[in-house]
Amino acid sequence: MFAYIVRRILATIPVMIVVALFVFSLLHLSPGDPAAIIAGDTATADDIARIREKLGLDQPLYIQFGTWVWALLHGDLGISIFTNLPVSKLIAQRIEPTLTLTISTLILSVVAAIPMGVLAAWKAGSWIDRVVMVFAVLGFSVPVFVLAYLLIYVFAISADLLPVQGFVTIGGGLWPFLSHIVMPTLALGMVFTALIARMTRASMLDVLAQDYIRTAQAKGLANDKVLIRHALKNAAVPIATIIGIGVASLISGVVVTETVFAIPGLGRLTVDAILRRDYPIIQGIILVFSAAYVLVNLIVDLSYTFLDPRIRY
Amino acid sequence: MTVVSTDLAALAAPSVRGRGAWAYIRRHPTIVIGGTLLGLMALMAIFAPYLGTVDPQALSPIRRLRWPSAQYWFGTDMLGRDVYSRTIYGARISLTVGISVALLASSVGLVIGLITGFSRWTDAIVMRIMDGLMSIPAILIAIALMALTRASLENVIFAITVADVPRVTRLVRGVVLTLRELPFVEAAHASGTGFVRILWRHILPNTLPPLLVQGTFVAASAMIVEAILSFLGAGTPPNIPSWGNIMAEGRSLFQVAYYIVLIPGALLSITVLAINLLGDGLRDALDPRLARRM
Repeated sequence: MFAYIVRRILATIPVMIVVALFVFSLLHLSPGDPAAIIAGDTATADDIARIREKLGLDQPLYIQFGTWVWALLHGDLGISIFTNLPVSKLIAQRIEPTLTLTISTLILSVVAAIPMGVLAAWKAGSWIDRVVMVFAVLGFSVPVFVLAYLLIYVFAISADLLPVQGFVTIGGGLWPFLSHIVMPTLALGMVFTALIARMTRASMLDVLAQDYIRTAQAKGLANDKVLIRHALKNAAVPIATIIGIGVASLISGVVVTETVFAIPGLGRLTVDAILRRDYPIIQGIILVFSAAYVLVNLIVDLSYTFLDPRIRY
Repeated sequence: MTVVSTDLAALAAPSVRGRGAWAYIRRHPTIVIGGTLLGLMALMAIFAPYLGTVDPQALSPIRRLRWPSAQYWFGTDMLGRDVYSRTIYGARISLTVGISVALLASSVGLVIGLITGFSRWTDAIVMRIMDGLMSIPAILIAIALMALTRASLENVIFAITVADVPRVTRLVRGVVLTLRELPFVEAAHASGTGFVRILWRHILPNTLPPLLVQGTFVAASAMIVEAILSFLGAGTPPNIPSWGNIMAEGRSLFQVAYYIVLIPGALLSITVLAINLLGDGLRDALDPRLARRM
């Protein structure tokens, strides 16, 4: 098992190298002079030369990559073109709202989706199953920002129950925090919940067809014990996998959700960076989000050894 | 319960096949519902000029922000443009992006998938690259590519395709790796069939059903990504009335004129729902074994 853990951790290295290469080469893949693109349409030749020098674009490629990775390993993500501040500092300033929203969505989705999937599989073919499956298809189909505006319309404009936009940290009081986070969490969690519910149902259907489930039922075990101790425990590995993979949909969704609800997180930073063509920020954000995704999936993979002790790699 | 019915349907399929359209609808309701909805959407996009629309770009500042009425079915936006016409024409953009990305990503993914499925050497390198690309959320790849290039519909299609290719490649490679170990391929090999012919006659046809199902989901997600990119200001240029652009323009006015955002949003959701239903149905029809699981 120790060998598996070490191997799995080492396996993230090539993945992150590819991510770094992609992020680095973005500027050089583009047609035309990257410095001119960043400078924009109204830039003078001096502006372009200044940017080229600032980004080190006047040096050979391998030196550029070497310097960039070396800086990266020291936590230096470069300097924002527009604000002249270090990108790592800008990201650190904006990370709290994004983390709060992502974690609240992760918890809510898992807590809602697993019982939904378990019930749907247990009562397969019944109206409960139908409702869960319809919810899942709708969850995949209504884009996060459409749902977000629908929620705003219903709860903030028509009913006037919740604030339309904004973000308050937990330190700002429990009700202000909850009232601001509930709609973004619901909007962001829809796809993720649908995904987990569907996988839970599928995985549970497989397990419920096994002989040991019939044995457990035959010896008169209560339904909840059969479902949770015998079935869900054995259905856990695919569910954990899909939670890890689904984090990508959370990351994509968070950028949009923050824009709709005016939450000052990494998503807003991304959108501002796109509008200003502030490339170092975009590069830094892709690196941070991808590293987070790789880390989550590493944790999920390592959890297999705990979820299913039979797994020996 | 579902398990039993699917099995029976699969077993009974050859004899039922002759009984016409009704039996087909009974067995695959989601294909029919999704296909019909999608067909209507496509007709609406094709016949947009004949559906009582005006020029979607025509400005009329005097008539701005009019609520939906008999004259302006979906109201007007802050520049007095007719939201109904813009929304109907917007279907053209969404469907173009969805279909183009699905075709491009499937073709590129198919070629790379076939190559990596057969060449160990390429496989090792290409799949490491695909693993890396798959760990970058698709929207971020598209955003990064769009931030570099100038906004145009072609660039949007290209950016979303790049983000979708790794998933298709992985699917095709997986299918090829399974197929090449199966007895019928071995038999073809043993009876002296050439490599190209095995690839063309035995491997390729068997990759198409899963690819078709995957293609529908790629189309659905491409339409959502296009709308998101446009909504964030990194997608189709603002002068093209895509659903994402209409929603982006209505964003700041949501509290006074929410119809500008909600109407294109509803159409986008319905279109994506139609494609998802079609994809689910196709998967059930083409692969009963997998259908039982999901």
